[in-house]
Amino acid sequence: MIAVDRNERQSAKLLVVGADGGMRHLPRDALASLFDPGDLVIANDAATLPACLKGVHCANGEPIEVRLAAWVSAGDPTRFVAVAFGAGDHRTRTEDRLPPPPLSSGDRLAFGALEAVVERPLDPPCLFRLRFLGDRATVLAGLARHGAPIQYAHVPEPLALWDVWTRIAADPIAFEPPSAGFALDWRTLVIWRRRGVGFATLTHAAGISSTGSPALDAKLPFDEPFRIPERTATAIARAKWNGGRIVAIGTTVVRALESAATADGGVSAGGEIARGRIGGGTPLRVVDAILTGVHQPGESHFELLRAFAPDELIERMAAALEERCYRRHEFGDSVLVERAHAAEFA
Amino acid sequence: MPTDTDLKQLRVAVTGGTSGLGLALVRRLVARGARVAFVARTARAVELIAKETGAYGIVGDVGRKDDIYPIALQVTGNLGGLDALVNNASSLGPTPLAPLADTECEELEQALAVNLMGPFRLAKALFGALAASARDGRGAVVINISSDAAVNAYSGWGAYSASKAALRSLTAIWAEEAKAEGVAFLSLDPSDMDTPLHALAIPDADPASLKRPEDAAAEIVGALIAALPNSDARPLAARA
Repeated sequence: MIAVDRNERQSAKLLVVGADGGMRHLPRDALASLFDPGDLVIANDAATLPACLKGVHCANGEPIEVRLAAWVSAGDPTRFVAVAFGAGDHRTRTEDRLPPPPLSSGDRLAFGALEAVVERPLDPPCLFRLRFLGDRATVLAGLARHGAPIQYAHVPEPLALWDVWTRIAADPIAFEPPSAGFALDWRTLVIWRRRGVGFATLTHAAGISSTGSPALDAKLPFDEPFRIPERTATAIARAKWNGGRIVAIGTTVVRALESAATADGGVSAGGEIARGRIGGGTPLRVVDAILTGVHQPGESHFELLRAFAPDELIERMAAALEERCYRRHEFGDSVLVERAHAAEFA
Repeated sequence: MPTDTDLKQLRVAVTGGTSGLGLALVRRLVARGARVAFVARTARAVELIAKETGAYGIVGDVGRKDDIYPIALQVTGNLGGLDALVNNASSLGPTPLAPLADTECEELEQALAVNLMGPFRLAKALFGALAASARDGRGAVVINISSDAAVNAYSGWGAYSASKAALRSLTAIWAEEAKAEGVAFLSLDPSDMDTPLHALAIPDADPASLKRPEDAAAEIVGALIAALPNSDARPLAARA
């Protein structure tokens, strides 16, 4: 393993931002003992697609890199919204990559034996709809063979699928890993179960985190399909009824649960689409705390935390993370933010 | 034989699915209505069996680490989840069979890669999907195909025997640890069968003295169903 090797997992840090505004610095292992009996932890069990493909534009032979970025129809691996890049690789920051060759409807692209056609360009021009040629099995075999997980400039060695699937990864529908889930392992789930802390999952197609295009990044996150199992919805209702807290592992879980929130504070089960951003001023109806990675102000993952705590506390949190050298990025340290008691900050 | 369709909700992956017991399992599971993905190394054989059975064929070598996640991706992507994994693909080690003193280190490593590391890695890669199925109330089971060579010492079978003994032990530990997640792990010995693997090991064996792979497959499917919740399965002995 590269970025999430055993030592890094074991030495990871956790900043807990309490509902009263207090902060505690803990080893991330402490996660197993943090919650109370009756609390319910909810994680995203999406596995990650090898969403990055390198190939050529068939008409002019120019190199092209395509990153699958959103589903056209949830779970149908033959059609995607994708972002195109020109020559270069992930060691160059996406912001500095060469533009892709111009794309027009009907253009053929080849990624090894896997072929695709441009259905139509979107706005901005690096964004387009793509259709792979072949049936589901052929396309999945092609992605498995010729695709790689989306790579990061801060991780120089190439990432393989085993680096980006969380321990609980099940259905391969995410475009980038639901990375807060790297904090979970089966040992922690056993301890939670023993202590009466509940665990449930939903499946949310986590999308790409950045594209390098400011115009495009302003549109992120894209609409993302998710599915909440009946049992998870029931577990949430039961936990709420008994006064337990709902702890979301990652921003995708917050998006899904708040999108599916019902008037009584529960969630509706089934498949839906999460739309729009969550941020300061967004009322939270379901989630009481979030475990997430360390992100920078301005990033949608960071801004989402403002729904949990007032700006003043979020700024203090950011300063504490900086001061204690918490590691950013998908494979770094973690932050747990509890929804602030309004009275503490009135 | 009438075609049952009582397993139509079941999503099963079988490794080594293009010959012997694996092929018999794929055929039987498909005939009973299950959604099946199988894995084998040879593209042409995979294509033929996929065409014959309608199951999803996946080209891959479970003995290679780099192939494991691509296999897992195709299994869950094609089936939309996974309820049962049958680790059937096996390597004999040196052929013709050889005493340990004549066995090359690489031959033992190859047997361990296919018979031990393969099932471990694939179960690990697919454990999230299996646990998700269990959380959903569908149950989940992993069947690791064992052998009496896992417990008995037969001259000439050293590489195979050591790898199957290790697999048997691994399965027992998995079974204990995964119980809490609702995932069952079984080690099943189908006994000596009339298969290409057996012919490779003992070329002059009398086929009439060997079990038909179809019969072994029927027993294994029975055990698989019995390991899942809400099954009305009879004891394994009753169906043999």
